[in-house]
Amino acid sequence: MKADSEGVRTGIHYLDGDRAAAEGAIAAGCRFFAGYPITPSTESAEHISERFPQVGGIFIQMEDEIGSITAVIGAAWGGARSMTVTSGPGISLMMENIGLAAMLETPCVIANVQRGGPSTGLPTMVGQADVMQARWGSHGDYEIIAYAPESPQEAFDLTVKAFNMSERYRTPVIVLLDECVGHMVEKVTIPEADEIEIEPRRLTKAPIGEYLPYAYGEDLVPDMALAGMGYRFHVTGLTHDERGYPDMSEACQEWLVPRLLEKIRANADDIIQFVEEDTEGADVVVLSYGISARVSRLAIQMAREKGLKVGFLRLQAVWPFPEKRIAELAKQIRSFVVVEINLGQIFYEVQRCAAGQCETLLSPHAGGGVHRPENILKVIEKGAKAK
Amino acid sequence: MSPKGVPEAVIAAVSADEHPIAPFLRMDRMPHIWCSTCGIGTTVKALASAFEKVGTDLDKVAIVSGIGCTGRVAGYVKLDSFHSTHGRSVPFATGLKLANPELDVICFSGDGDLVAIGGNHFIHAARRNMDLKIICVNNFIYGMTGGQVAPTTPLTALTSTTPYGNAEPPFNLCHLAAACGANYVARWTALHVRRLTKTFAEMLVKPGFCFVEIITPCSTLYARKNRLGTGLDVMKYYHDNTVIEHGADPATTDIVFGGPIICGKFVERDRPTWLDYQDHYLGEKLGEKYQRGRMLQEACER
Repeated sequence: MKADSEGVRTGIHYLDGDRAAAEGAIAAGCRFFAGYPITPSTESAEHISERFPQVGGIFIQMEDEIGSITAVIGAAWGGARSMTVTSGPGISLMMENIGLAAMLETPCVIANVQRGGPSTGLPTMVGQADVMQARWGSHGDYEIIAYAPESPQEAFDLTVKAFNMSERYRTPVIVLLDECVGHMVEKVTIPEADEIEIEPRRLTKAPIGEYLPYAYGEDLVPDMALAGMGYRFHVTGLTHDERGYPDMSEACQEWLVPRLLEKIRANADDIIQFVEEDTEGADVVVLSYGISARVSRLAIQMAREKGLKVGFLRLQAVWPFPEKRIAELAKQIRSFVVVEINLGQIFYEVQRCAAGQCETLLSPHAGGGVHRPENILKVIEKGAKAK
Repeated sequence: MSPKGVPEAVIAAVSADEHPIAPFLRMDRMPHIWCSTCGIGTTVKALASAFEKVGTDLDKVAIVSGIGCTGRVAGYVKLDSFHSTHGRSVPFATGLKLANPELDVICFSGDGDLVAIGGNHFIHAARRNMDLKIICVNNFIYGMTGGQVAPTTPLTALTSTTPYGNAEPPFNLCHLAAACGANYVARWTALHVRRLTKTFAEMLVKPGFCFVEIITPCSTLYARKNRLGTGLDVMKYYHDNTVIEHGADPATTDIVFGGPIICGKFVERDRPTWLDYQDHYLGEKLGEKYQRGRMLQEACER
């Protein structure tokens, strides 16, 4: 399906990442937005509040972030592509109902423009410490999809992709921006509507009376009904059987929950997206994402000027994690250097996947700013000496 | 032979193979989890009767519940029904309604769910006059978790977390809803089935935020802890202590332990709904550029 041309602002724009993500959402067909003001994400909500009444969208500023994400889930079941945008304390408040979205298998998108934490932390300054929260922030077992753009252009592109993946796999998808990407203004090229592929919702074609909300096929994703279509279906956040009815049993839990994880894991190759540069013959591979990836580039250049063989792996999808590729590279290199604005989150994932085949080093940053390239360089130099 | 004086319709109803509201229920989920003498079932029956009375298109009704004993209603009605998270039925319903304004969206939940954990959503939806029908089954207690104090528990009442009696003043829910801007506010008890059904029928056709509170017995917990007798004794109490006062100032309808229960339709007014406001202001500001929200492209094409 192609994008609705009415929502697509084809052309070259100068936009910050927050607004670019908002344009990506509109291009992807998002027509419901519920949000609550929070720095540094508010530009998205402001932009959408202006755009939506002209493209047939509903914007509502809710009383808090809990209400926002819940309205987004409700809207999805009413038949809208829906999203919310938040940061820091707001994403923490949303966790309860991100779990509900995962459990009901509700397509929706949550953008988190990361700032320094914990708690109120650094409201106006950058952080990347919500990466593990994105994966496991809500209680219980589930898998999540999360993309981390490094530029406003990618904020647009990956938000479109986030919507498409949320529809294909019927799951909440998180766009992990950071304050720098959210607030930096760069050129954003928005293509023609017919160049933007939109994933249609997986609406059931079952005859009335024969629809089972959680019956699934080979790709493990059930087809969806919307309220008002005449199916008179039931869904619940309780553990449920294929009819959607609560079933408080170990057997039903075993039937349901592993599939919620497996529908993402089994399709990981379709979801994962990364950029790999000069890893062939490298001694060190720098792995980074978001704004940190852009700083890493300068450090890599400095290292190459010193004669070091450095490759680059930039994650565009943070979750699911590119386990296979990390494991392959680990056999070929001396070390990974993980650059992120936290004190070690993706670092541990890389270490786990490298499984002792090479050294894994962290270039940490507590937040509030980006790395100094010379600090990353020091870690690269150390990594180049690893056995 | 029909017993003397009993109308034929009643005889037919009680002797039928199927309960008259069975088509409205998910009979494959019976028996339900509610205790005998609980008032929730009565409330469900009244709503089913109101649908019939109004001639509602049941394909265009959605029920949203939160968590708790009343939260289980969503699972028993044969309608599009959503059992959401604790306290979140109102924002869930808000999204559902705005994405598809054709739907009649009804929140069916308990007092703890709606006005304790969900209190913030409740007052703001009333302020916005969101076009939602809120049915609040108030049994003065947290039933599902074993009888803890609620924001509706009358002063001095015993609960499992107020073993010496409740020392916190409760909310008067009708006063709260009215003060926040609800278009329609009414209260009945589980005894007043006929009046409740009439109120539901009015609510179903009334635009805007409508709030109906039903005082119901929880004989397993609230009545037992407070030595109020059986469910039947509580119904007798309702019979003897209800004062029907339509149009009463909601501020004067507080419920006091052992006191009278003032019931009736307290508020009926015509504030514009949230969507009405949007259409009006945005239409005025943007003129022809204004486009009202619409559903998924692919859903529209079906």
